[in-house]
Amino acid sequence: MVIAATLAILVAMILAVIRAVVGPSLYDRILAVNMFGTKTVLLISLLGFMMGRPEFLDIAMVYALINFISVIGVLRLSDAFNAKHNGQVADLVKRDP
Amino acid sequence: MEGVLSLLSAFFLLIGSFLCLSGGVGILRFPDFYTRMHAAGVTDTLAATMILIGLMLQNPEMLVIIKLILILLMTLFISPAASHALGQAAALNNLPPLVNVQIKDLEKGSASGDKTSKS
Amino acid sequence: MRHKISLSIILIVFWLLNSGHYNYLILALGAASIAIVVLIAHRMDVVDHESQTIHLSLEYPRFGLWLIKEIVVANLTVVKHIWLGNKTITPTVKVIKASQTTDVGKVIYANSITLTPGTVTLGLVNDEIMVHALIQENIVALESGDMDSRVSRLEQSW
Repeated sequence: MVIAATLAILVAMILAVIRAVVGPSLYDRILAVNMFGTKTVLLISLLGFMMGRPEFLDIAMVYALINFISVIGVLRLSDAFNAKHNGQVADLVKRDP
Repeated sequence: MEGVLSLLSAFFLLIGSFLCLSGGVGILRFPDFYTRMHAAGVTDTLAATMILIGLMLQNPEMLVIIKLILILLMTLFISPAASHALGQAAALNNLPPLVNVQIKDLEKGSASGDKTSKS
Repeated sequence: MRHKISLSIILIVFWLLNSGHYNYLILALGAASIAIVVLIAHRMDVVDHESQTIHLSLEYPRFGLWLIKEIVVANLTVVKHIWLGNKTITPTVKVIKASQTTDVGKVIYANSITLTPGTVTLGLVNDEIMVHALIQENIVALESGDMDSRVSRLEQSW
């Protein structure tokens, strides 16, 4: 059963990579990479159990933290936090019918 | 007892795998960035929970179970922060969300959703 | 002071659970690391009632159980719509009001919204939360105020 779950996660990772390559906007790509990262955490844990070495869980934990930091770092680079807040939020809401 | 535990574990792993696959399909299938974010949310929350619970039932060692619980808690705390940062960045940079009306327009014309969501 | 003690206890428990080796050298290294971390956190001035919400800790388990139930239900809805296809979804953006008074309460509310699949918080300004929902019923459910009142109760419980 662990092997089946590993295969399912690998398929989901492939789908995420497809979205990262195709994805029209920058944010689609970041989203796909983020999802790829969380899948990697699960994959490392499953592989550790498959090989009978639960010490892999430490690596999975560190990977979860690195994944978070990398997403926030890329978002910083994409200049998200310099945008003015109030006006654009109002603009977005106006589009809602 | 052993048999029941491994059966339960297989059950949880199976549900987790199905949810993972659904999230992967959803991230390809949904029409724009914001809706895809919901699909990624499925794999972040319930799929990860199910797979980690399935693994917990496989190994009776206390330390391993505690580490799995820690990974689960970290995932549950980190994923909303990351997706909120992502969604806010997209909204502030004026990536327009598809709303109801636009989807109905899309169905009349045969344009794909990806083109409209490009800012 | 309470908050520093609580941070130290959390870090000590975290170290002991993760290391699994209990000889003197490792324990001394752990104590040194924890002391350095608490010192840096003190100098950064981030150890206060916002990062260490000990006044809420008794109420967390009940809210957590309720949130888990909500997450499971919302997940099933989203998975159903993934397999039913794009024609069944009705994406909506709407601004809703948060009735919480403290910043911690608002953040807990916004995070709960994001953690539930089907609804994502896009922005939080003062007491207005902009929410993107996959289907319109999700917004209706949020506006009915069940989660809102639960978070308010959690926040006022101390």
